[in-house]
Parts: sequence; structure tokens; C-alpha cells
Amino acid sequence: MVRCRAVQVKLLPQNKIVTFPDSMRVLVLLRKLSLTPETVMVIRGDRLLTEDEVIRVDDEIEVRSVISGGV
Amino acid sequence: MKCTRCRAPAEINLRSHHSAFCRPCFILYFQRQVERTIKRDLMFTPEERVLVAVSGGKDSLALWDVLITQGYQTAGLYLDQGIGEYSIHSCEKVEQFATLHNVPLQIVSLEIEAVSVPTAAQFTNRVPCAACGLMKRHFFDQYAIDGGFPVLATGHNLDDEAARLLGNVLHWQTEYLAREKPVLEPTHARFVRKVRPLYRTSELETAVYAFFRGIDYIIEECPNSGGATQLFYKDILNKLETQMPGTKLTFVQEFVRSAQPLFVAPDGTPPRECEVCGMPSFAPVCSFCRLVQEVERKREKHIAPLRH
Repeated sequence: MVRCRAVQVKLLPQNKIVTFPDSMRVLVLLRKLSLTPETVMVIRGDRLLTEDEVIRVDDEIEVRSVISGGV
Repeated sequence: MKCTRCRAPAEINLRSHHSAFCRPCFILYFQRQVERTIKRDLMFTPEERVLVAVSGGKDSLALWDVLITQGYQTAGLYLDQGIGEYSIHSCEKVEQFATLHNVPLQIVSLEIEAVSVPTAAQFTNRVPCAACGLMKRHFFDQYAIDGGFPVLATGHNLDDEAARLLGNVLHWQTEYLAREKPVLEPTHARFVRKVRPLYRTSELETAVYAFFRGIDYIIEECPNSGGATQLFYKDILNKLETQMPGTKLTFVQEFVRSAQPLFVAPDGTPPRECEVCGMPSFAPVCSFCRLVQEVERKREKHIAPLRH
């Protein structure tokens, strides 16, 4: 069986997974997700990625929200 | 992208500071920022014992970590609000942190001491966040006084402060603006000094610090926070920040420096002591005790028909 190659992105705290077929820069990923760099950490493995870094097909990425609050 | 300080590959870009940092340089930068804030705003000295209000989230645990690292005398205070799985998980995170760092931690169950947040919301007209805030203010002072801590530190970050300030400005809440300071001196013998050492560091910065330091914090949000006004204000402020980096910091910092002193708290009668709990109150019975009494009264009415 052939596995479809894709960028796999896990969104936290929603615990939702979205995939993208092509590699792209972090900033482009954030635009596609309608997120701003100030509101999330983009994590690959145990490392944070800056906006200019390239995410490649087969990468597993975590996009973790940093926003919290009530009232 | 390279680290502004050492030219190693950067992991975080802080556009508001025109700087990017690698992991070790960011940790150093963050700790220095917090230490500078503590000293510049005269929050507390190394000789003073500090009670840190911890929730299990990134901000309060990042704050506690910095204070421990800088050698301050600290203890943690965790209020178990009784919000189902969320409270169970957040309590576990706090306990793990305290054990790992071998620091004292006091856990207070609102269910045992008073009423849980869901029960308070169920039996009164208050939204859960209002009941939660009221009980926090009561127990923070009470446990700080009883434990001999002159200072209580909370993990409010720059985004929290900016959102609160925006809300108070939009509604011209001048009484709140008069009290909106990173250091609140006590106005009664049973109040303690309240400080916010993270008020100059953004939510992103505290999250990155927690991540780099390997702090295991609760990522899931409080189930009661959905649709909160504060989140709406934060969203607006972050849109501004994206277009004009540094907006949040300037908004809060310049308010504290230039505008806040222009707002004067009205001179009123000093608080007396609550007839029930003895804590400071402007009414014969403080709002915390009134909340507890209201819940007890309504719960009794609710249970009584079931007995017959």
C-alpha cells in the first residue's frame, strides 16, 4: 500500500490534525491556518521553528496555541 | 534566522524586540527580563518570602521556575476549583513541578473550603469566571497572611494586562484603571502585596520559556473560558501586533509609566472586617461569604423537596 506523502499538522489544544500536500515555509502554513506568529508555537520534534523555516513533506508539525484566558 | 546574541540558529523570533534567539540565549534573556522587572518595580527582595499562585498553566509555572532559578524563597498555592477533568489534570501538573523542584506547595480544595466553581455558578446568577475570581482573591490573601508571606505573585503576562487595559479603557472604568498596577500595595493588615512579574513578557514568550525549560504544563483550556471577552480583546491586540510589532508592550508600559498615575482611586472609608470570616470587607459580610451563604441557602432549598 502506498502512503500519501503530506505535511501533517497537529493543532493544540483543539487536538485536530490537518494535512497539506506540499512543503512550505512556516509563515505560509500560518497564513493557511489563519494564524499569526504571535499566537502559536510551531514545533518540529523538540525544536521550535521560526517563520522563515521550510516545512517539508513527511514532516510532523505541532502548532500549539499560546493564548489562554477567561473572564 | 540567526540568534541576535550568539549567531547560532534561532528558534524564536521576537519581532517586538527586533531580536531572534537560540534556546540558551532566550532562556537567559527571559530570566533577565523578569528579574529586571522585579527590581525596577520594587516588587520584592530576596529576603521576602513569595507565595506564587499557580494554576498548572504555562504562565504561573514559568514564573515559579524563574523565581526558583533566581534563588527567591517561594512556595506555591494551587486552588482546586473542582472543574472536573480540567482541575484534576492541572493539579497533577502543579504537583509534578513542585516535586521535581523540591519546593513547598499548598493545595486548597474550593469544594472542601467553600464551594466549587461549577456549584457556585449553578446556584447563583454569576458566570463561572466571576465566582472563580472572587474566590481566588479571598483565598490568595487568606493563605498568604496565614502562611506569613508578605507578597503574592501571579503569572499575568503582557497579553493579559493589555487585554484588561483595553477593556477598561473602552468602558472608561476609571476606578479599575486607578488600581491597574503591576504592584498593588496592601490597604489593610489582612491584605498582602500583589505583584505581576511577567507583565512585560508576552504570552508567546512565557510559552516559549516553558517549552525550552521542559515545563510540563496543562495545554488544554479551562472549559469555562470559551467565548470570554478577554480572548476577543487578545485577538484584536494580536492583529494590531502583527501589523505594528511592539504595540502591546508600548500600550501597557506607557500606561503604567505615564497614564496610570493620572487616575486616582476615590478616597473611601477603609475596609472593615467581615463578620463571618474576618477578612477585609466594605460591607458587614464580605462578597466571598455572601456567595457561600447564597449557595448554601439555595442548595438547601433545592435539596429540601427531594427529602419529602
